Amino acid sequence: MTNMEQLTVKGLTKEYEKGKRALKSFSLAVPAKGIFALIGRNGAGKTTLIRILSTQLSPTSGTAQISGLDILKDTDALREIIACVPQEGRAVGWLTPRQFLSSYLMWRGFTSKEANLLLEKSLDELGIKKYADTLNRLLSGGTKRKVLVGMVMASGAKVIFLDEPTTGLDPISRDELWRTLVKLKKDHFIFLTTHYLEEAEKLADKIGVVEDGKLMALGTMAELRRKVKYPYSVKILSDHTVIKPRRGELIKGVDGHYQIVTTEKEAGRISKQLINRGVKFSMNPLTLDDIFYYIVRKPIEAENYDQQEYY
Amino acid sequence: MTSRSIISQLKASIMVNAIYAMINYPIVLVSTILAPFSLLLVITFISRGALTPIAIGGALIMTMISSGTSLQQDLSHLKNDFKVQDMVVSSPVTAWIYLLGMSISELVYALPALVVLTVLAALYVHTSAFGYLSIMGVMLVMFTFACSLGFLLSTLSSDVVQGWAFSGIVSTVLSALPPVYYPITYIPKPFQIIAYLSPATYAAQIVQNVTGLTSFSPTTIEIDWVVIIIVTIIILTLAVKRSKWRED
Ligand SMILES: Nc1ncnc2c1ncn2[C@@H]1O[C@H](COP(=O)(O)OP(=O)(O)OP(=O)(O)O)[C@@H](O)[C@H]1O
Ligand SMILES: [Mg+2]
Repeated sequence: MTNMEQLTVKGLTKEYEKGKRALKSFSLAVPAKGIFALIGRNGAGKTTLIRILSTQLSPTSGTAQISGLDILKDTDALREIIACVPQEGRAVGWLTPRQFLSSYLMWRGFTSKEANLLLEKSLDELGIKKYADTLNRLLSGGTKRKVLVGMVMASGAKVIFLDEPTTGLDPISRDELWRTLVKLKKDHFIFLTTHYLEEAEKLADKIGVVEDGKLMALGTMAELRRKVKYPYSVKILSDHTVIKPRRGELIKGVDGHYQIVTTEKEAGRISKQLINRGVKFSMNPLTLDDIFYYIVRKPIEAENYDQQEYY
Repeated sequence: MTSRSIISQLKASIMVNAIYAMINYPIVLVSTILAPFSLLLVITFISRGALTPIAIGGALIMTMISSGTSLQQDLSHLKNDFKVQDMVVSSPVTAWIYLLGMSISELVYALPALVVLTVLAALYVHTSAFGYLSIMGVMLVMFTFACSLGFLLSTLSSDVVQGWAFSGIVSTVLSALPPVYYPITYIPKPFQIIAYLSPATYAAQIVQNVTGLTSFSPTTIEIDWVVIIIVTIIILTLAVKRSKWRED
Protein backbone atom coordinates (compact mmCIF):
# COMPACT_ATOMS: atom_id res chain seq x y z
CA MET A 1 0.00 0.00 0.00
CA THR A 2 1.32 3.41 -0.89
CA ASN A 3 1.32 6.57 1.18
CA MET A 4 -1.29 7.97 -1.16
CA GLU A 5 -4.04 6.01 0.52
CA GLN A 6 -2.93 6.49 4.08
CA LEU A 7 -3.24 8.78 7.02
CA THR A 8 0.11 8.64 8.76
CA VAL A 9 0.69 10.48 12.02
CA LYS A 10 4.24 10.49 13.30
CA GLY A 11 5.14 11.47 16.82
CA LEU A 12 2.70 14.37 17.13
CA THR A 13 3.14 16.32 20.32
CA LYS A 14 1.12 19.34 21.34
CA GLU A 15 2.08 21.41 24.31
CA TYR A 16 -0.39 24.27 24.82
CA GLU A 17 1.33 25.45 27.96
CA LYS A 18 4.77 24.57 29.24
CA GLY A 19 4.74 21.12 30.76
CA LYS A 20 1.10 20.33 29.88
CA ARG A 21 0.96 18.10 26.84
CA ALA A 22 -2.38 17.41 25.17
CA LEU A 23 -0.79 14.97 22.70
CA LYS A 24 2.20 12.87 23.65
CA SER A 25 4.17 11.68 20.65
CA PHE A 26 1.00 10.40 19.02
CA SER A 27 1.49 8.01 16.11
CA LEU A 28 -1.08 6.36 13.92
CA ALA A 29 -1.40 4.79 10.50
CA VAL A 30 -4.76 3.98 8.96
CA PRO A 31 -6.08 3.75 5.43
CA ALA A 32 -7.32 7.14 4.25
CA LYS A 33 -10.65 5.74 3.12
CA GLY A 34 -13.88 4.77 4.77
CA ILE A 35 -14.54 5.97 8.30
CA PHE A 36 -11.96 6.25 11.04
CA ALA A 37 -13.39 6.93 14.48
CA LEU A 38 -11.32 8.36 17.27
CA ILE A 39 -12.83 7.67 20.63
CA GLY A 40 -11.75 8.99 23.98
CA ARG A 41 -12.86 10.70 27.15
CA ASN A 42 -13.18 14.45 27.73
CA GLY A 43 -9.79 16.06 27.45
CA ALA A 44 -8.16 12.99 25.89
CA GLY A 45 -6.85 15.06 22.97
CA LYS A 46 -9.32 14.30 20.16
CA THR A 47 -10.05 17.89 19.21
CA THR A 48 -6.38 18.78 19.43
CA LEU A 49 -5.54 16.00 16.97
CA ILE A 50 -8.36 16.93 14.57
CA ARG A 51 -7.35 20.59 14.62
CA ILE A 52 -3.73 19.74 13.88
CA LEU A 53 -4.63 17.34 11.06
CA SER A 54 -7.04 19.82 9.49
CA THR A 55 -4.30 22.50 9.51
CA GLN A 56 -5.96 24.74 12.11
CA LEU A 57 -3.33 24.26 14.77
CA SER A 58 0.43 23.84 14.69
CA PRO A 59 1.89 20.82 16.45
CA THR A 60 4.73 21.42 18.91
CA SER A 61 6.61 18.59 17.21
CA GLY A 62 5.95 15.72 14.85
CA THR A 63 3.96 15.78 11.65
CA ALA A 64 1.39 13.88 9.62
CA GLN A 65 0.55 13.06 6.03
CA ILE A 66 -2.85 12.60 4.51
CA SER A 67 -2.87 10.91 1.12
CA GLY A 68 0.77 11.77 0.72
CA LEU A 69 0.31 15.46 1.62
CA ASP A 70 2.18 16.75 4.65
CA ILE A 71 0.13 18.90 7.05
CA LEU A 72 3.03 21.33 7.45
CA LYS A 73 4.75 21.30 4.06
CA ASP A 74 1.83 20.80 1.68
CA THR A 75 -0.70 22.94 3.52
CA ASP A 76 -2.16 24.64 0.43
CA ALA A 77 -2.63 21.42 -1.51
CA LEU A 78 -4.09 19.73 1.54
CA ARG A 79 -6.60 22.52 2.13
CA GLU A 80 -7.99 21.90 -1.35
CA ILE A 81 -9.10 18.39 -0.38
CA ILE A 82 -10.16 18.70 3.27
CA ALA A 83 -13.21 20.08 5.05
CA CYS A 84 -13.87 20.27 8.76
CA VAL A 85 -16.79 20.64 11.15
CA PRO A 86 -15.25 21.87 14.41
CA GLN A 87 -16.57 20.55 17.73
CA GLU A 88 -18.07 23.91 18.65
CA GLY A 89 -18.79 24.97 15.09
CA ARG A 90 -22.17 26.62 14.55
CA ALA A 91 -24.04 27.75 11.49
CA VAL A 92 -23.87 31.58 11.49
CA GLY A 93 -26.98 32.82 13.27
CA TRP A 94 -27.95 35.68 10.97
CA LEU A 95 -27.86 33.51 7.86
CA THR A 96 -30.23 30.83 6.63
CA PRO A 97 -28.83 27.35 5.92
CA ARG A 98 -29.04 28.08 2.20
CA GLN A 99 -27.13 31.36 2.55
CA PHE A 100 -24.56 29.78 4.86
CA LEU A 101 -23.87 26.79 2.64
CA SER A 102 -23.68 28.96 -0.45
CA SER A 103 -21.14 31.27 1.24
CA TYR A 104 -19.04 28.37 2.50
CA LEU A 105 -18.93 26.83 -0.97
CA MET A 106 -18.01 30.17 -2.50
CA TRP A 107 -15.20 30.50 0.04
CA ARG A 108 -14.03 27.19 -1.34
CA GLY A 109 -13.96 28.74 -4.81
CA PHE A 110 -17.24 27.57 -6.36
CA THR A 111 -19.27 30.12 -8.31
CA SER A 112 -22.64 30.97 -6.79
CA LYS A 113 -24.35 28.94 -9.51
CA GLU A 114 -22.27 25.84 -8.78
CA ALA A 115 -22.73 26.39 -5.05
CA ASN A 116 -26.51 26.48 -5.39
CA LEU A 117 -26.63 23.17 -7.24
CA LEU A 118 -24.36 21.48 -4.72
CA LEU A 119 -26.14 22.78 -1.65
CA GLU A 120 -29.63 21.79 -2.83
CA LYS A 121 -28.45 18.21 -3.23
CA SER A 122 -26.91 18.12 0.18
CA LEU A 123 -29.90 19.74 1.96
CA ASP A 124 -32.11 17.17 0.29
CA GLU A 125 -29.88 14.31 1.33
CA LEU A 126 -29.95 15.40 4.97
CA GLY A 127 -33.69 16.01 4.94
CA ILE A 128 -33.37 19.63 6.04
CA LYS A 129 -34.64 21.35 2.92
CA LYS A 130 -37.72 22.53 4.77
CA TYR A 131 -35.48 24.62 7.02
CA ALA A 132 -33.37 25.96 4.16
CA ASP A 133 -34.75 29.50 4.45
CA THR A 134 -35.17 29.78 8.21
CA LEU A 135 -32.53 31.78 10.07
CA ASN A 136 -29.97 29.40 11.56
CA ARG A 137 -30.38 30.89 15.01
CA LEU A 138 -34.02 29.76 15.04
CA LEU A 139 -33.19 26.13 14.24
CA SER A 140 -32.93 23.40 16.86
CA GLY A 141 -29.47 22.31 17.98
CA GLY A 142 -29.64 19.06 16.04
CA THR A 143 -30.74 20.73 12.82
CA LYS A 144 -27.90 23.25 13.17
CA ARG A 145 -25.49 20.33 13.45
CA LYS A 146 -26.94 18.78 10.30
CA VAL A 147 -26.49 22.06 8.44
CA LEU A 148 -22.77 21.86 9.17
CA VAL A 149 -22.54 18.27 8.01
CA GLY A 150 -24.43 19.31 4.87
CA MET A 151 -21.89 22.05 4.39
CA VAL A 152 -18.87 19.74 4.26
CA MET A 153 -20.80 17.15 2.25
CA ALA A 154 -21.62 19.69 -0.42
CA SER A 155 -18.00 20.79 -0.64
CA GLY A 156 -16.96 17.60 -2.37
CA ALA A 157 -13.82 17.55 -0.20
CA LYS A 158 -12.33 14.06 -0.24
CA VAL A 159 -11.24 14.16 3.37
CA ILE A 160 -13.82 15.16 5.96
CA PHE A 161 -13.14 15.86 9.62
CA LEU A 162 -16.12 15.75 11.96
CA ASP A 163 -15.50 16.53 15.63
CA GLU A 164 -18.36 14.89 17.54
CA PRO A 165 -20.91 15.08 14.74
CA THR A 166 -23.69 13.35 16.67
CA THR A 167 -23.44 15.08 20.03
CA GLY A 168 -26.84 16.60 20.77
CA LEU A 169 -28.77 14.63 18.17
CA ASP A 170 -31.87 12.65 19.10
CA PRO A 171 -31.71 8.89 18.37
CA ILE A 172 -33.62 9.20 15.10
CA SER A 173 -31.58 12.12 13.79
CA ARG A 174 -28.43 10.34 14.86
CA ASP A 175 -29.50 7.27 12.94
CA GLU A 176 -30.23 9.42 9.87
CA LEU A 177 -26.82 11.02 10.11
CA TRP A 178 -25.17 7.64 10.47
CA ARG A 179 -26.87 6.49 7.28
CA THR A 180 -25.67 9.58 5.47
CA LEU A 181 -22.12 9.05 6.67
CA VAL A 182 -22.16 5.41 5.62
CA LYS A 183 -23.23 6.51 2.13
CA LEU A 184 -20.65 9.26 2.11
CA LYS A 185 -17.77 7.01 3.09
CA LYS A 186 -17.91 5.18 -0.22
CA ASP A 187 -15.92 7.89 -1.93
CA HIS A 188 -14.64 9.93 1.02
CA PHE A 189 -12.35 9.50 3.96
CA ILE A 190 -14.20 10.52 7.10
CA PHE A 191 -12.25 11.14 10.28
CA LEU A 192 -14.64 11.55 13.18
CA THR A 193 -14.49 11.71 16.94
CA THR A 194 -17.05 10.38 19.33
CA HIS A 195 -17.53 9.44 22.95
CA TYR A 196 -19.52 6.37 22.09
CA LEU A 197 -18.12 2.98 21.14
CA GLU A 198 -21.58 2.10 19.89
CA GLU A 199 -21.29 4.80 17.26
CA ALA A 200 -17.76 3.76 16.41
CA GLU A 201 -18.86 0.15 16.07
CA LYS A 202 -21.79 1.04 13.79
CA LEU A 203 -19.81 3.33 11.50
CA ALA A 204 -16.11 2.89 11.60
CA ASP A 205 -13.84 0.68 9.57
CA LYS A 206 -11.12 1.37 12.10
CA ILE A 207 -11.26 2.70 15.63
CA GLY A 208 -8.56 4.44 17.59
CA VAL A 209 -8.87 4.87 21.33
CA VAL A 210 -7.07 7.89 22.75
CA GLU A 211 -6.49 8.64 26.41
CA ASP A 212 -4.33 11.34 27.92
CA GLY A 213 -2.78 12.23 24.57
CA LYS A 214 -1.75 8.70 23.72
CA LEU A 215 -3.13 6.04 21.42
CA MET A 216 -4.29 3.20 23.65
CA ALA A 217 -5.67 0.89 21.00
CA LEU A 218 -6.23 0.71 17.28
CA GLY A 219 -8.20 -1.74 15.23
CA THR A 220 -11.62 -2.88 14.11
CA MET A 221 -14.27 -3.33 16.77
CA ALA A 222 -13.70 -7.10 16.64
CA GLU A 223 -10.00 -6.54 17.20
CA LEU A 224 -10.69 -4.26 20.13
CA ARG A 225 -12.95 -6.87 21.66
CA ARG A 226 -10.23 -9.46 21.34
CA LYS A 227 -7.82 -7.21 23.20
CA VAL A 228 -9.97 -7.47 26.26
CA LYS A 229 -8.53 -10.29 28.35
CA TYR A 230 -11.70 -10.94 30.29
CA PRO A 231 -14.76 -10.94 28.04
CA TYR A 232 -17.39 -11.65 30.70
CA SER A 233 -18.86 -9.58 33.43
CA VAL A 234 -20.65 -10.74 36.57
CA LYS A 235 -22.46 -7.99 38.38
CA ILE A 236 -23.44 -8.66 41.97
CA LEU A 237 -26.71 -6.91 42.62
CA SER A 238 -26.90 -7.09 46.39
CA ASP A 239 -24.86 -4.83 48.63
CA HIS A 240 -22.15 -6.15 50.90
CA THR A 241 -21.47 -9.33 48.91
CA VAL A 242 -18.00 -9.76 47.51
CA ILE A 243 -16.46 -12.73 45.80
CA LYS A 244 -12.79 -12.77 45.03
CA PRO A 245 -12.32 -14.21 41.55
CA ARG A 246 -9.56 -16.72 40.87
CA ARG A 247 -8.98 -15.03 37.54
CA GLY A 248 -10.05 -11.60 36.46
CA GLU A 249 -10.69 -8.39 38.30
CA LEU A 250 -12.99 -6.99 40.90
CA ILE A 251 -14.34 -3.50 40.22
CA LYS A 252 -16.51 -1.43 42.51
CA GLY A 253 -19.14 0.45 40.51
CA VAL A 254 -20.46 3.93 41.25
CA ASP A 255 -23.65 2.36 42.58
CA GLY A 256 -21.60 0.53 45.25
CA HIS A 257 -22.16 -2.85 43.63
CA TYR A 258 -19.25 -5.11 42.73
CA GLN A 259 -18.53 -6.26 39.22
CA ILE A 260 -16.20 -9.05 38.26
CA VAL A 261 -14.70 -9.14 34.79
CA THR A 262 -13.30 -12.52 34.02
CA THR A 263 -13.14 -15.50 31.65
CA GLU A 264 -16.21 -17.37 30.53
CA LYS A 265 -15.27 -20.37 32.68
CA GLU A 266 -14.62 -18.38 35.83
CA ALA A 267 -17.84 -16.43 35.26
CA GLY A 268 -19.68 -19.75 35.24
CA ARG A 269 -18.01 -20.88 38.44
CA ILE A 270 -18.78 -17.61 40.23
CA SER A 271 -22.39 -17.70 39.03
CA LYS A 272 -22.88 -21.14 40.53
CA GLN A 273 -21.48 -19.95 43.86
CA LEU A 274 -23.78 -16.95 43.83
CA ILE A 275 -26.81 -19.10 43.01
CA ASN A 276 -25.92 -21.42 45.87
CA ARG A 277 -25.66 -18.48 48.25
CA GLY A 278 -28.91 -17.00 46.95
CA VAL A 279 -27.29 -13.73 45.89
CA LYS A 280 -28.90 -11.77 43.05
CA PHE A 281 -26.54 -11.16 40.13
CA SER A 282 -26.37 -10.73 36.37
CA MET A 283 -23.89 -12.21 33.96
CA ASN A 284 -23.18 -10.79 30.49
CA PRO A 285 -20.53 -10.53 27.86
CA LEU A 286 -18.77 -7.18 28.30
CA THR A 287 -20.74 -4.23 26.96
CA LEU A 288 -19.14 -1.67 24.69
CA ASP A 289 -18.89 0.69 27.63
CA ASP A 290 -17.08 -1.98 29.65
CA ILE A 291 -14.62 -2.46 26.81
CA PHE A 292 -13.99 1.27 26.54
CA TYR A 293 -13.49 1.48 30.27
CA TYR A 294 -11.12 -1.45 30.16
CA ILE A 295 -9.06 0.04 27.33
CA VAL A 296 -8.63 3.53 28.70
CA ARG A 297 -7.72 2.26 32.13
CA LYS A 298 -5.09 -0.10 30.89
CA PRO A 299 -2.79 0.89 28.11
CA ILE A 300 -2.59 -1.71 25.39
CA GLU A 301 0.61 -1.57 23.35
CA ALA A 302 -0.37 0.71 20.50
CA GLU A 303 0.73 -0.83 17.25
CA ASN A 304 3.67 0.72 15.64
CA TYR A 305 2.46 2.55 12.57
CA ASP A 306 5.11 1.28 10.20
CA GLN A 307 4.63 -2.34 11.11
CA GLN A 308 0.95 -2.20 10.28
CA GLU A 309 -0.41 -4.12 7.30
CA TYR A 310 -3.79 -3.41 5.82
CA TYR A 311 -5.83 -5.17 3.18
CA MET B 1 -6.90 29.34 -7.66
CA THR B 2 -8.32 30.91 -10.76
CA SER B 3 -9.36 34.56 -10.78
CA ARG B 4 -12.93 33.38 -11.11
CA SER B 5 -12.73 31.48 -7.86
CA ILE B 6 -10.97 34.37 -6.10
CA ILE B 7 -13.93 36.58 -7.02
CA SER B 8 -16.26 33.93 -5.58
CA GLN B 9 -14.20 33.81 -2.40
CA LEU B 10 -14.31 37.58 -2.00
CA LYS B 11 -18.03 37.58 -2.70
CA ALA B 12 -18.60 34.95 0.02
CA SER B 13 -17.19 37.24 2.72
CA ILE B 14 -19.16 40.21 1.43
CA MET B 15 -22.39 38.20 1.36
CA VAL B 16 -21.95 36.79 4.88
CA ASN B 17 -20.80 39.93 6.58
CA ALA B 18 -22.73 42.65 4.77
CA ILE B 19 -25.36 41.72 2.20
CA TYR B 20 -27.11 38.87 4.05
CA ALA B 21 -26.93 40.79 7.32
CA MET B 22 -28.68 43.73 5.66
CA ILE B 23 -31.24 41.54 3.90
CA ASN B 24 -32.08 39.46 6.96
CA TYR B 25 -32.01 42.35 9.41
CA PRO B 26 -32.98 45.59 7.59
CA ILE B 27 -32.63 47.52 10.87
CA VAL B 28 -28.88 47.18 10.30
CA LEU B 29 -29.21 49.68 7.45
CA VAL B 30 -30.64 52.34 9.73
CA SER B 31 -27.86 51.87 12.23
CA THR B 32 -25.11 52.02 9.64
CA ILE B 33 -26.47 55.27 8.18
CA LEU B 34 -26.87 56.89 11.59
CA ALA B 35 -23.51 55.90 13.08
CA PRO B 36 -21.24 58.67 11.72
CA PHE B 37 -23.80 61.45 12.14
CA SER B 38 -24.05 61.79 15.89
CA LEU B 39 -20.83 63.78 16.39
CA LEU B 40 -21.24 65.53 13.04
CA LEU B 41 -24.56 66.96 14.23
CA VAL B 42 -23.23 67.87 17.69
CA ILE B 43 -20.29 69.78 16.21
CA THR B 44 -22.48 71.48 13.63
CA PHE B 45 -24.94 72.69 16.29
CA ILE B 46 -22.30 73.78 18.79
CA SER B 47 -20.27 75.68 16.21
CA ARG B 48 -23.45 77.04 14.60
CA GLY B 49 -22.32 75.54 11.32
CA ALA B 50 -18.85 77.06 11.33
CA LEU B 51 -17.09 73.70 11.73
CA THR B 52 -19.44 71.69 9.52
CA PRO B 53 -16.90 71.08 6.71
CA ILE B 54 -14.29 69.88 9.22
CA ALA B 55 -16.85 67.66 10.92
CA ILE B 56 -17.86 66.15 7.57
CA GLY B 57 -14.20 65.37 6.84
CA GLY B 58 -13.92 63.93 10.33
CA ALA B 59 -16.97 61.75 9.79
CA LEU B 60 -15.44 60.41 6.57
CA ILE B 61 -12.23 59.45 8.39
CA MET B 62 -14.12 57.99 11.33
CA THR B 63 -16.27 55.87 9.01
CA MET B 64 -13.06 54.29 7.71
CA ILE B 65 -11.66 53.77 11.20
CA SER B 66 -14.93 52.29 12.48
CA SER B 67 -14.84 49.88 9.57
CA GLY B 68 -11.65 48.47 11.03
CA THR B 69 -13.14 48.26 14.52
CA SER B 70 -16.22 46.54 13.13
CA LEU B 71 -13.99 44.23 11.14
CA GLN B 72 -12.26 43.19 14.33
CA GLN B 73 -15.57 42.57 16.09
CA ASP B 74 -17.11 40.71 13.17
CA LEU B 75 -14.05 38.53 12.62
CA SER B 76 -13.80 37.73 16.34
CA HIS B 77 -17.50 36.92 16.46
CA LEU B 78 -17.26 34.57 13.48
CA LYS B 79 -14.06 33.05 14.82
CA ASN B 80 -14.90 32.56 18.48
CA ASP B 81 -18.67 32.13 18.57
CA PHE B 82 -19.26 30.16 15.37
CA LYS B 83 -15.77 28.74 14.69
CA VAL B 84 -16.15 29.94 11.12
CA GLN B 85 -12.46 30.75 10.95
CA ASP B 86 -11.63 27.12 11.76
CA MET B 87 -13.97 26.01 8.96
CA VAL B 88 -12.41 28.50 6.57
CA VAL B 89 -8.81 27.66 7.52
CA SER B 90 -9.52 24.02 6.60
CA SER B 91 -10.49 25.09 3.09
CA PRO B 92 -8.78 26.48 -0.01
CA VAL B 93 -9.37 30.15 0.85
CA THR B 94 -6.22 31.95 2.03
CA ALA B 95 -6.03 34.29 5.00
CA TRP B 96 -5.52 37.25 2.63
CA ILE B 97 -8.47 36.60 0.40
CA TYR B 98 -10.66 36.07 3.48
CA LEU B 99 -9.37 39.30 5.03
CA LEU B 100 -9.73 41.28 1.82
CA GLY B 101 -13.30 40.04 1.35
CA MET B 102 -14.20 40.84 4.94
CA SER B 103 -12.64 44.32 4.66
CA ILE B 104 -14.61 45.04 1.51
CA SER B 105 -17.72 43.82 3.32
CA GLU B 106 -17.15 46.53 5.93
CA LEU B 107 -17.01 49.11 3.13
CA VAL B 108 -20.25 47.76 1.71
CA TYR B 109 -21.72 47.97 5.18
CA ALA B 110 -20.60 51.59 5.46
CA LEU B 111 -21.76 52.41 1.94
CA PRO B 112 -25.09 54.04 2.87
CA ALA B 113 -23.30 56.37 5.30
CA LEU B 114 -20.52 57.07 2.80
CA VAL B 115 -23.05 58.05 0.14
CA VAL B 116 -24.75 60.55 2.45
CA LEU B 117 -21.42 61.94 3.64
CA THR B 118 -20.16 62.30 0.08
CA VAL B 119 -23.23 64.31 -0.85
CA LEU B 120 -22.69 66.51 2.22
CA ALA B 121 -19.01 66.90 1.34
CA ALA B 122 -19.90 68.00 -2.17
CA LEU B 123 -22.27 70.60 -0.70
CA TYR B 124 -20.23 71.95 2.22
CA VAL B 125 -16.56 71.21 1.63
CA HIS B 126 -15.20 73.61 -0.93
CA THR B 127 -11.84 72.56 -2.24
CA SER B 128 -9.91 71.72 -5.39
CA ALA B 129 -9.87 68.37 -7.20
CA PHE B 130 -6.52 67.80 -5.51
CA GLY B 131 -8.20 68.46 -2.17
CA TYR B 132 -10.87 65.83 -2.81
CA LEU B 133 -8.16 63.39 -3.92
CA SER B 134 -6.27 64.05 -0.67
CA ILE B 135 -9.39 63.24 1.34
CA MET B 136 -9.85 60.01 -0.59
CA GLY B 137 -6.18 59.13 -0.12
CA VAL B 138 -6.39 59.68 3.64
CA MET B 139 -9.54 57.56 3.75
CA LEU B 140 -7.84 54.73 1.89
CA VAL B 141 -4.76 54.79 4.12
CA MET B 142 -6.86 54.90 7.30
CA PHE B 143 -9.05 52.08 6.01
CA THR B 144 -6.01 49.90 5.34
CA PHE B 145 -4.58 50.79 8.72
CA ALA B 146 -7.78 50.08 10.63
CA CYS B 147 -8.53 46.82 8.83
CA SER B 148 -5.01 45.47 9.34
CA LEU B 149 -5.22 46.34 13.02
CA GLY B 150 -8.68 44.78 13.27
CA PHE B 151 -7.53 41.57 11.62
CA LEU B 152 -4.42 41.36 13.77
CA LEU B 153 -6.41 41.79 17.00
CA SER B 154 -9.18 39.41 15.96
CA THR B 155 -6.78 36.55 15.30
CA LEU B 156 -5.11 37.18 18.64
CA SER B 157 -8.31 37.27 20.68
CA SER B 158 -9.68 33.94 21.74
CA ASP B 159 -12.97 34.95 23.25
CA VAL B 160 -15.60 37.65 23.16
CA VAL B 161 -14.65 39.47 26.34
CA GLN B 162 -11.03 39.75 25.25
CA GLY B 163 -12.24 40.99 21.87
CA TRP B 164 -14.33 43.72 23.50
CA ALA B 165 -11.36 44.81 25.57
CA PHE B 166 -9.22 45.16 22.43
CA SER B 167 -11.85 47.11 20.55
CA GLY B 168 -12.54 49.33 23.58
CA ILE B 169 -8.90 50.36 23.77
CA VAL B 170 -8.65 50.82 20.03
CA SER B 171 -11.69 53.06 19.79
CA THR B 172 -10.45 55.27 22.62
CA VAL B 173 -7.07 55.70 20.95
CA LEU B 174 -8.46 56.10 17.45
CA SER B 175 -11.68 57.99 17.95
CA ALA B 176 -12.11 59.54 21.39
CA LEU B 177 -8.62 60.94 21.81
CA PRO B 178 -7.85 62.54 18.43
CA PRO B 179 -9.51 65.80 17.32
CA VAL B 180 -11.09 64.37 14.22
CA TYR B 181 -14.32 66.36 14.18
CA TYR B 182 -12.81 69.73 15.27
CA PRO B 183 -9.40 71.47 14.95
CA ILE B 184 -6.58 70.32 17.19
CA THR B 185 -6.10 73.92 18.37
CA TYR B 186 -9.34 73.51 20.35
CA ILE B 187 -7.65 71.14 22.78
CA PRO B 188 -5.40 72.39 25.61
CA LYS B 189 -1.67 72.16 24.86
CA PRO B 190 -0.73 69.24 27.14
CA PHE B 191 -3.55 67.14 25.69
CA GLN B 192 -2.44 67.96 22.15
CA ILE B 193 0.70 65.93 22.85
CA ILE B 194 -1.45 62.95 23.79
CA ALA B 195 -3.57 63.47 20.70
CA TYR B 196 -0.47 63.19 18.54
CA LEU B 197 -0.02 59.63 19.81
CA SER B 198 -2.94 58.63 17.63
CA PRO B 199 -2.52 58.24 13.87
CA ALA B 200 -6.06 59.54 13.43
CA THR B 201 -4.83 63.01 14.49
CA TYR B 202 -2.43 63.18 11.55
CA ALA B 203 -5.12 62.00 9.17
CA ALA B 204 -7.49 64.64 10.53
CA GLN B 205 -4.91 67.41 10.03
CA ILE B 206 -4.59 66.60 6.34
CA VAL B 207 -8.35 66.66 5.86
CA GLN B 208 -8.82 69.82 7.96
CA ASN B 209 -6.14 71.53 5.89
CA VAL B 210 -8.06 70.65 2.72
CA THR B 211 -11.26 72.24 4.03
CA GLY B 212 -9.37 75.53 4.34
CA LEU B 213 -10.82 76.33 7.75
CA THR B 214 -7.56 75.59 9.51
CA SER B 215 -4.25 75.75 7.79
CA PHE B 216 -1.02 73.97 8.48
CA SER B 217 2.39 74.48 6.93
CA PRO B 218 3.20 72.28 3.90
CA THR B 219 5.92 70.60 5.99
CA THR B 220 3.37 69.65 8.68
CA ILE B 221 1.12 68.11 6.05
CA GLU B 222 4.02 66.20 4.53
CA ILE B 223 4.94 64.86 7.96
CA ASP B 224 1.29 63.90 8.50
CA TRP B 225 1.32 61.81 5.32
CA VAL B 226 4.61 60.18 6.23
CA VAL B 227 3.32 59.30 9.70
CA ILE B 228 0.05 57.72 8.59
CA ILE B 229 1.71 55.80 5.76
CA ILE B 230 4.52 54.48 7.97
CA VAL B 231 2.15 53.49 10.77
CA THR B 232 -0.04 51.72 8.25
CA ILE B 233 2.91 49.84 6.79
CA ILE B 234 4.01 48.78 10.27
CA ILE B 235 0.58 47.51 11.27
CA LEU B 236 0.07 45.81 7.91
CA THR B 237 3.43 44.06 8.29
CA LEU B 238 2.54 43.02 11.82
CA ALA B 239 -0.78 41.69 10.56
CA VAL B 240 1.02 39.67 7.89
CA LYS B 241 3.63 38.34 10.28
CA ARG B 242 1.90 38.03 13.63
CA SER B 243 -1.72 37.25 12.98
CA LYS B 244 -2.64 33.65 13.67
CA TRP B 245 -4.30 31.85 10.78
CA ARG B 246 -3.03 28.45 11.80
CA GLU B 247 -2.93 28.78 15.58
CA ASP B 248 0.14 27.99 17.66
N1 LIG C 1 -6.41 26.26 23.57
C1 LIG C 1 -6.00 25.51 24.60
N2 LIG C 1 -5.13 26.00 25.51
C2 LIG C 1 -4.69 25.23 26.54
N3 LIG C 1 -5.06 23.97 26.76
C3 LIG C 1 -5.93 23.41 25.90
C4 LIG C 1 -6.45 24.15 24.78
N4 LIG C 1 -7.28 23.34 24.09
C5 LIG C 1 -7.30 22.16 24.75
N5 LIG C 1 -6.48 22.20 25.84
C6 LIG C 1 -6.22 21.08 26.76
O1 LIG C 1 -5.72 19.98 26.01
C7 LIG C 1 -6.28 18.77 26.47
C8 LIG C 1 -6.96 18.04 25.32
O2 LIG C 1 -8.10 18.79 24.93
P1 LIG C 1 -9.00 18.38 23.69
O3 LIG C 1 -9.96 19.49 23.45
O4 LIG C 1 -8.14 17.98 22.57
O5 LIG C 1 -9.77 17.10 24.25
P2 LIG C 1 -10.99 16.27 23.62
O6 LIG C 1 -10.56 14.85 23.58
O7 LIG C 1 -11.44 16.87 22.36
O8 LIG C 1 -12.09 16.42 24.74
P3 LIG C 1 -13.70 16.52 24.61
O9 LIG C 1 -14.21 15.14 24.46
O10 LIG C 1 -14.11 17.10 25.90
O11 LIG C 1 -14.01 17.38 23.44
C9 LIG C 1 -7.19 19.12 27.63
O12 LIG C 1 -6.47 18.94 28.81
C10 LIG C 1 -7.49 20.58 27.42
O13 LIG C 1 -7.71 21.22 28.63
MG1 LIG D 1 -13.11 17.71 21.71
